[in-house]
Amino acid sequence: MGPEFVALSLTPLLIGICVAVACALPGNFLLLRRQALIGDAISHVVLPGIVVAFLLTGMVATGPMLLGAAGAAVLAVIAIEAIRRLGKIEAGAAMGVVFTAMFAGGVLLLERSDTSSVHLDVEHALYGNLESLIWLDANGWTSLTDPAALAGLPVELPRMALALLVVAAFIFLFWRPLALSTFDEGFARGVGLRTGPLGLALVVVSAIAAVAAFDAVGSIIVIAMFICPPAAARMMTNRLGHQVAWSAGFAALAAILGYVLAGYGPLWVGASASVSAAGMIATVSGIILAVTAVAGPHRTRGS
Amino acid sequence: MLAEALFLQLGYNATLVTLGAALLGIAAGVAGTFLFLRKRALVSDAISHATLPGVGLAFVVMVALGGDGRWLPGLLMGAAVSAAIGLLCVQWLTTRTRLGEDAAIGAILSVFFGLGIVILTVIQTMRVGQQAGLEGFLLGSTAGMLRNDAILLAVSAAAVLALVLILRRPLELAAFDPGYAEATGWSLGRIDLAMMGIVLVVTVVGLKVVGLILIVALLIVPAVTARFWTDRAGHVVIIAGAVGGVSGYVGAATSAIAPALPTGPIVVLVGFSIFLMSLLFSPGRGVLASVLLHRRYQRRVHMRQGLLALAQGQPIFEALTRRLMCRDGLILPDGVATAEGQAAAAKALLDETRWSLVRADNSFAVAATRYDGLTPIEDVLTPDQLRDVDSRIAAPKAVT
Amino acid sequence: MSIQLVTDAAQAEAEATRVASPLAVRGLTVSYGQTPAIFSVDMTLRAGAMTAIVGPNGAGKSTLLKAALQVITPLAGTVTVFGQPLERMRDRIAYVPQRASVDWDFPTRVIDVVLMGMYRQLGLLGRVRAKHRAQAMRALERVGMTDFATRQIGQLSGGQQQRVFLARALAQDADIYVLDEPFAGVDAATEKAIIAVLKDLRDTGRTVLAVHHDLATVPDYFDDVVLLNTQVIAAGPVAEAFTEDNLQAAYGGRLTTARVDPESAVG
Repeated sequence: MGPEFVALSLTPLLIGICVAVACALPGNFLLLRRQALIGDAISHVVLPGIVVAFLLTGMVATGPMLLGAAGAAVLAVIAIEAIRRLGKIEAGAAMGVVFTAMFAGGVLLLERSDTSSVHLDVEHALYGNLESLIWLDANGWTSLTDPAALAGLPVELPRMALALLVVAAFIFLFWRPLALSTFDEGFARGVGLRTGPLGLALVVVSAIAAVAAFDAVGSIIVIAMFICPPAAARMMTNRLGHQVAWSAGFAALAAILGYVLAGYGPLWVGASASVSAAGMIATVSGIILAVTAVAGPHRTRGS
Repeated sequence: MLAEALFLQLGYNATLVTLGAALLGIAAGVAGTFLFLRKRALVSDAISHATLPGVGLAFVVMVALGGDGRWLPGLLMGAAVSAAIGLLCVQWLTTRTRLGEDAAIGAILSVFFGLGIVILTVIQTMRVGQQAGLEGFLLGSTAGMLRNDAILLAVSAAAVLALVLILRRPLELAAFDPGYAEATGWSLGRIDLAMMGIVLVVTVVGLKVVGLILIVALLIVPAVTARFWTDRAGHVVIIAGAVGGVSGYVGAATSAIAPALPTGPIVVLVGFSIFLMSLLFSPGRGVLASVLLHRRYQRRVHMRQGLLALAQGQPIFEALTRRLMCRDGLILPDGVATAEGQAAAAKALLDETRWSLVRADNSFAVAATRYDGLTPIEDVLTPDQLRDVDSRIAAPKAVT
Repeated sequence: MSIQLVTDAAQAEAEATRVASPLAVRGLTVSYGQTPAIFSVDMTLRAGAMTAIVGPNGAGKSTLLKAALQVITPLAGTVTVFGQPLERMRDRIAYVPQRASVDWDFPTRVIDVVLMGMYRQLGLLGRVRAKHRAQAMRALERVGMTDFATRQIGQLSGGQQQRVFLARALAQDADIYVLDEPFAGVDAATEKAIIAVLKDLRDTGRTVLAVHHDLATVPDYFDDVVLLNTQVIAAGPVAEAFTEDNLQAAYGGRLTTARVDPESAVG
C-alpha cells in the first residue's frame, strides 16, 4: 500500500470506520429498547434540521448544522411521544407520521431555496460521497507526521473522529444506567434514575453520530449501521458488553469491506468505474447480518 | 393556476395523473388502516425501500435485452419482485431469529436501499444510464408524464382501489376482531398475506407518484388522522380513505403547476396538514381538548381531596390544593376553613360516606361502577335510593 | 351528618405514626385518562411488619406500588419514608417489579442482574469489586440460585426469574422491600422459598409490602393487609381488617369465586 493508498483511500476508509462504529454503539441500546426504528427516524429528520439551520444562518457551518439536526431529532422524538400518548397511537405509526412529514418538509425547503452554491441536495443527503473525501496533500505514510500535510486532511475526518469520541464517552460513562433502564425501566425509576432524560440523551447522542456521518456519507449508511451490526452482534453473544464489542467489530468490518468492494470490486469484474461506497457498506452489513442470522450461535430466542 | 389544476383544467395527462393520485390515495388510506390496526404500519417502510434494487435491476435487464430501460410496466414489475423478497426477509428474520419486527424492518429497508443505490451508480456508468431518470422513483415525479404512463397509473390505481374494496370484509374482520375471524374459519395468516399483497401493490403503483421514501406516509398518515376523529371501526376506514384521497388529489394537482418540485413531499405535506389539524383540534383526543380536560380533572381531584381533608380536620399538604381552595374562598390563606368551605367540606364528606355504602352493597352494583371519586352521588341514584342510603347512615349497623 | 371533630392530640398522634412509618402515602391519586386508577389513597406501613395489598383485578394495586415509589407520577398526593421525602430515602427501599414487565431476552447473566441492584452503591463508574460480587452471591444463595449465577437470564423458568428479581432486591440491603405480585406464575417450591426469605427479612426488622392476589394465603403470609378497590376499603392487622364484610366491600359481587371460606382456607 503506497502513497496512492494514503492519499486516496486512507481517509475515506478511516471516516467510514468512524461513521460505522459511532452509529453502531448507540444502535445496540436502541435495538434492545425496541427502538431500532428511532435510528431510521433520526436519519430522516437530520435533513430538515440541516436545511433549516442553513436557511437561518445562510452558510454551511458545522455548529449550526449540528444544532439544527440535533434539535430536529429531539423535536421528532417529542412529537412521536406526544402523538403516541395523546392519540393512543402505536409507536411505529406515530414514528412513520413524524419522520416522513419532516423529511418531506426538508425536501421541499431544499428544492425551493437556493442551495446551488453549496453541495446540499437530496441525493447527497441520501448517499453522500465518501469516495471524494481524499487527502490531496499526502504523499505517503510519512505525511502522517507532517504538520503541513496534516493541515490538508479533509475536515470530515477530525469531525467524525470527534463524534465517535463523544458517542463512545457517553456509552462508557452511562453504561450502567443505560443497561439498567433498558433492561428494567420500572426498577431503574425505583432506584431514582431519571429514565426519561436518559432516553432522550441516548437519542441526542445518536443524532450527533447521525449528523456528523450524514455530512460525509449520507443517511442510508447511518440507518444500516444503527441496526445491522448490533442485530448481527446480538446473535453472536448473550452478554451486553460482548454484544457492543461485536457490533463495533462488525461495523468496522462492513466499512472496510464495503469501501474496498465499492472501489475495487468493479475492476475485478472488468468494469472501469466504481460504485457507491455508502451503498456497498450498507449491503455488506446486510450480508454480515444474513450470515449471523443463519449461523450465529445465539440466533434464536432461548439459545 | 392552482385553481385550474384543482379543477382539472391542465390538460389530459395532468388530469389523468391527478385523478389517479386521488384513487391511489383512497386505496392507500383504506389499506393503510388495516395495516395500522394490525400494528404493522412500518412494515410498509421496508416494502417500499426494498423496491429500489428491483427497479434498478429491471432497468439493467431491459437494456441488456436491447429494449428501452425506462419502460414503466417493466420497472414496476421489478419493483414488485424485490419488494416481495424484502417482505419475505422481514418475515423470516422475525420468525426464525430473535430479532424483533422493528429491527428486521430497519435492517431490510437500509440494506435493500443501499443495494439499490449501488445498482443505481452502476447504471449511471452505463451508456444509456445518464438519462435513466430513476431518481424520480425516490421522491416521485408526476410532471411531464408520458400519456401511456399516465393511463397506466390511473388504471392501476383504480384497480388497486377495487381490490381493496373487494377484500374489505376479511381485512376488517382480521383488523378489528382477529379472534372472531379465526373462530369463523378465516386464516389470519392468509388475510395478513392478502393485506401485505395489497400494500405491496399500493407501494408499487405509488412509486411514480409519491416515491419510495415517502409512500409509507400515504399508508400511515390517513389512518392515524382518522383515529383522532372516531372510535368506530367502520368510520376509521372511511375517513382514512377520504384523507388519503384528498392528499393524493391536492398533491398531484399542486405538483402539476410546479413541475420542478417532487410530487411525493407535496402529497405527504397535504396529508400531514390534515393530520396536524386533527391532532390539535379534534374534540375527543386532540391536544387542546386533552390538555383542558386533564387540567380540569386535576383541579377537581385536588379540590375534592382538600375538602375531605378539611372535613376530617387534617392539614392540607399540597400547595396546589391550598391555592385552588383559597381562590374559591373555601379557606383563608392561613388554611382555616371559611363558612362556605365548612359547608362544602361537610357536603363532600357526606357524599363520600354515601358512596362507600353504595359501593359495599351488592344491590347497587351498577351504580357502584360509576364511582370515580368525583361524581356527586345525586347524579347516580334516584332520590328514593338516596333516602334509603341515608337511613342506613343514620342507623349504622355493628361493624367488627 | 356533622363534621367529625379531631382533637389536636389525636392529630399529633397520627402525625407521629406517619413520621415513624417506613412508608406512608397520603392522598395518592393516579389516573389514566379521566378515570382514577387509585383515588386519594392513605396508607401507613407498620415498621417490621409484612403488609399485603389485596383487591380485585383493576383495583389499582400495582398502580399504588408504582406511585408510592414514584415509578409513575401521581396526579396528587405525597409520599414519605421515615417521615422524609422519598427522593432522599431511595437507598432504604428495594423494589421488585412484576416479572412480566421486563424483556427476559436481554443479553445478560443472572449475576449481572443482581449486581444491577447495587447501582446506587456502585455509582456511574465504580468498579465491581470482590466484596460486591460476594454480596451478590450471598443474595443468590438466599434464594437458592447460586448454581445459576452465570446462566443467561432467558434460560430461566418463571420461578427462577422471580428468585433472581428477589436476589437483586436483597443485594440492595434495604429497610423496606416492595414487591409487585411476587407469587404470580411461580411454582410452589419458589413460592415457599420466597415467603421464607420475606419472613426472614421481617424477623430481622425489615418492612415488607407486597401486592398479593391469593386471598387464601393472606392470613398465613402477612401481618397487615390493605384492601384496595380504587380507594382503601380497609387497612390494619389481618385479624381486624381481613373480614368477610370488608372483602365483600372490596370485591363487590365479584367475590363469589374467590370467596374465603374459613373452613377450606385452613386446609
